[in-house]
Amino acid sequence: MISVDIIAKGFGTTPILKDISFEVSKGECVAILGQSGIGKSTLLRLVAGLDQDYEGVVRRPDQMAFVFQEPTLLAWRSAIDNILIVHPEMSEPAAREMLDKVGLAEHTALFPRQMSLGQQRRLSLARAFAGRPELLLLDEPFASLDGSTAAAMIVLTRRLIRERMPSTLFVTHSTDEANALADRTLVLAGTPATVVRNEDRREKQREKAS
Amino acid sequence: MPVSVVRIVSLVAFLAAWFLLASLGGDPTVLPSPLDLVRPFLQEAGSGELLEHMSATILRVIAAFSIAMAAGFGLGLIMGTYPGFDRWLDPWLVVFLNLPALVLIVLCYLWIGLTDVAAVAAVALNKIPGVATVIREGARALDPDLKAMARVYQVRRTTFLHHFVLPQLAPYIAGAARSGLAVIWKVVLVVEFLGRSNGIGFQIHLYFQLFDVTMVLVYSLSFIAFMLAVEWLLVQPAESRVRAWRQA
Repeated sequence: MISVDIIAKGFGTTPILKDISFEVSKGECVAILGQSGIGKSTLLRLVAGLDQDYEGVVRRPDQMAFVFQEPTLLAWRSAIDNILIVHPEMSEPAAREMLDKVGLAEHTALFPRQMSLGQQRRLSLARAFAGRPELLLLDEPFASLDGSTAAAMIVLTRRLIRERMPSTLFVTHSTDEANALADRTLVLAGTPATVVRNEDRREKQREKAS
Repeated sequence: MPVSVVRIVSLVAFLAAWFLLASLGGDPTVLPSPLDLVRPFLQEAGSGELLEHMSATILRVIAAFSIAMAAGFGLGLIMGTYPGFDRWLDPWLVVFLNLPALVLIVLCYLWIGLTDVAAVAAVALNKIPGVATVIREGARALDPDLKAMARVYQVRRTTFLHHFVLPQLAPYIAGAARSGLAVIWKVVLVVEFLGRSNGIGFQIHLYFQLFDVTMVLVYSLSFIAFMLAVEWLLVQPAESRVRAWRQA
């Protein structure tokens, strides 16, 4: 489980985030929605511990994975090396199996520049799940992908999340993506941004069913 | 046309131009023709003199190059990574970058003595600022997203340096090494000219005093040929291997 309690975060004298409190249970997938520039990625980086300049407390597990908006791969190493270098405890057969799960079995020896953006995103996803993370953070993982590629990525991500059950926090500006993946959505709005809506989709679906 | 053929044709054209100039000049004591160098070259090679002096110079080049690259790399990486260090050390870097090699050589000989330590130190000190400047730019250009990724996945420091930092710095290291080698061997000849009793620079000094253009050219061109061989057989293939992923 992760617990986030951000009192304030700013850049210089500009306040960005204020009074953001939420928790994510084990296996739960939470989407952070909001318009561009509101501070969603900033919030994600605070949760990841990549930015320590804020007022508040974030409690997170040690085993973490981050799927960045850009694939953020080692361009000078092959697909399989991109997994093995970051996860040295993993064996090569296990890394190949992970690449197979994301549909890159034929691409293990390719360099990232030899792969399409969709394939690079899959590799980034494989690297994330290879370490069996307790917390998975995704920053607009389907951005810039065409419709069918994004749809395939969403299906793949959902399958992997259900298999490995990490606590998942992902940033998106698309309600469709949030609906497809998330158990709960947090909507950020305002300046500085705060949580204006915290909606449990599972509860909503249960109410609808009854 | 393959690169090797172009090189050979270019060198042959250079030799032909030299022949022409030498025959137009007519005075072998001023400009000997390439053929005039062959017998003296074979004599020096056969007697072991050429090898002895070439080895002395090569060892000094290797020592100075190794020290300059290691110290320059470390300094550049620290200055490019930590702005505080950069602010303090930058004025020193500018001073040493602009300090003439001749001044450094003379001071090292005066302070340390006419020794190989002084010679190598002078050359290394001359080149360290240049290497540090190039590596500093590389360190400043390191991808912050890759650093963030390494942090999230708790990548070990040695792994980070080996697989994240060094590959990004490879073009800068290659550039610093290339320009470093080109400058270092020339400065080594100067330190030998001024204060050593062996080496190519010493031999050039000796034959300069004897006004022997032929022997000056024999020793100079022998060393240039060696440096060209290092460039074509070692440096360029190494550079191609480092860049292989870009051509994939």
